Amino acid sequence: MNIIVCVKQVPDPEAPFANFKIDPATNKVIPPQGVSPVINGFDEQAVEAALRMKDGRSDVKITVISVGNDLVMDVIKKPLSMGADELVLVQDPAIQNGDSYTTGAVLAAAIKKLGAFDLVLCGRQASDWDQGQVPLVLAELLGIPAVTIAKKVEVADGAVKVERVVVDGFETVQAPLPALVTVSNELGEARYPTLKGIMAAGRKKPTVWSAKDLGLDAAQAGQNGGKVKMLKVFVPEKSSKCEVISADSPAEAGVKLAVRLREDKVI
Amino acid sequence: MSQVKGVLVIGEVADGKLLAVTRELLGIGRKLADALGEPLSAALLGTDSEALGKELIAFGADKAYLAHDPLLAQDNPDAYVAAAEKVARQVQPNVLLMGQTVLGRDVGPRLATRLGTALEPDCVDLAVDPATKLLRMTRPVYGGNARATYVCETARPQMATVRPKAFSAPERNDARAGEVAKLAVELAPAQVKLKVLDRQKKASEGLRLEDARIIVTGGRGMGGPENFKYLQDLAQTLKGAVGASRAVCDAGWVSPSLQIGLTGKVVTPDLYITVGISGASQHMAGCSGSKVIVAINKDPDANIFKESRYGVVGDWKQVLPAFSEKVKELVQG
Repeated sequence: MNIIVCVKQVPDPEAPFANFKIDPATNKVIPPQGVSPVINGFDEQAVEAALRMKDGRSDVKITVISVGNDLVMDVIKKPLSMGADELVLVQDPAIQNGDSYTTGAVLAAAIKKLGAFDLVLCGRQASDWDQGQVPLVLAELLGIPAVTIAKKVEVADGAVKVERVVVDGFETVQAPLPALVTVSNELGEARYPTLKGIMAAGRKKPTVWSAKDLGLDAAQAGQNGGKVKMLKVFVPEKSSKCEVISADSPAEAGVKLAVRLREDKVI
Repeated sequence: MSQVKGVLVIGEVADGKLLAVTRELLGIGRKLADALGEPLSAALLGTDSEALGKELIAFGADKAYLAHDPLLAQDNPDAYVAAAEKVARQVQPNVLLMGQTVLGRDVGPRLATRLGTALEPDCVDLAVDPATKLLRMTRPVYGGNARATYVCETARPQMATVRPKAFSAPERNDARAGEVAKLAVELAPAQVKLKVLDRQKKASEGLRLEDARIIVTGGRGMGGPENFKYLQDLAQTLKGAVGASRAVCDAGWVSPSLQIGLTGKVVTPDLYITVGISGASQHMAGCSGSKVIVAINKDPDANIFKESRYGVVGDWKQVLPAFSEKVKELVQG
């Protein structure tokens, strides 16, 4: 079985946003210096979902694809360290101006170039722009069904069975292969790389493609921007002032808080 | 699409009733339609109920479309996307809006791809630019830490999905005039590849979070699942509901249906009491619409104190029992 997992390198979402800078001239969000980027959390869980299907089997191949420039090898190789088999990178200056729709097109071209596949796994959204669109655009362009927000993914008899999170509960959905599934945090923690995995990853060289290698011209890759244009990115004003209630003891403060809320008719 | 006109809202129905977000979409849809000088229409997929069509008119639509096909009976995204595409191509709107619901998240980007346009998801602000007449779409980014505003210059329709509770529903006016029309959307079984095998709705024990006027939420600071009973007691006294941060749900302390945040539920209660919650932006994205936020946290530098109206810096183990007891005395006494 051939599983493809799409991953994105993102700024570390744990880094305090106060240390990020927004350049109003270019609308670029600049992460703080010296803080290493990471693989998007949900994408790591997508790798985990693939590895769970590979555990104990010898007939499952996991190929990880990432589209991006300025990729840090130690970071982007993590899926290999976790146990994935191959890494393919698409790097091209043209891609950085695009939107979810051009990114989807680049991924679709890369996946088509890889050949036959059974399942594509993605994280449900990336923690920088929180769009959650690329996987769905990708599924449309590949002409395959998409099942989103998975907490459990299983393949059997030419179909993928997904337990997904819905409002106030879960539902089980089935789709014929080839299909695409997006993974959510309800799947559970992604495994840590093993020492064996790290050493194996160190020996592996990723395949690197440009837009041209994929048969895309710069415009198709995003050079001229996407259909949506970002006018500005900004931090909204925060206006709330907190009334901190103190007392001689924490318990007294608790009592005072209740009284205060009653005074202000909050309770 | 060429020759586009009007704002089209694609609504949703659950248990025979319009979703609240559909009414909210009509509220903002009306404002946008008036700013554009164009009509507002609304479509429901999977129903032929005249009553629901009339309700769309009562909440502000000039025209309501009912699109029904047996394949739409199951909330199946494949059927929904196929039907939405047919409706969009027939109505040819300038602007197309949906709710950022479980269905909307799936259908929106797929529909935009099929229509050759693009969409911005989870918008919290929408406005017509007075100079360009383009739809300005603003949404949270970087986990809710920042906002970004976008326009779709030439592709049509301009599409956005809207965060539930970001906009308010208009007043209902059953005297409003408008046309309810049935749209044919014959779907072929081959278009529907997904099969819903079963649904397990958790019987909500008590109040649904989205409906609760008072919510008490616990974070990692609670220390363990057994301590959530303190929050349940307080919630019960206040006739409210209990929520949790994503970390707590991921740790398995409580059911994931309690998760409030960017990838959990978005709530707008009158009172939101947080215990052991740091106030990370992904959590705030789910509760910043609350009228009053109260924070109990032992870290004086926790971000939650920048987001709350009242706070106590202290260990919840000492603060909460005394607080709860006094609250009980005040509300029941």
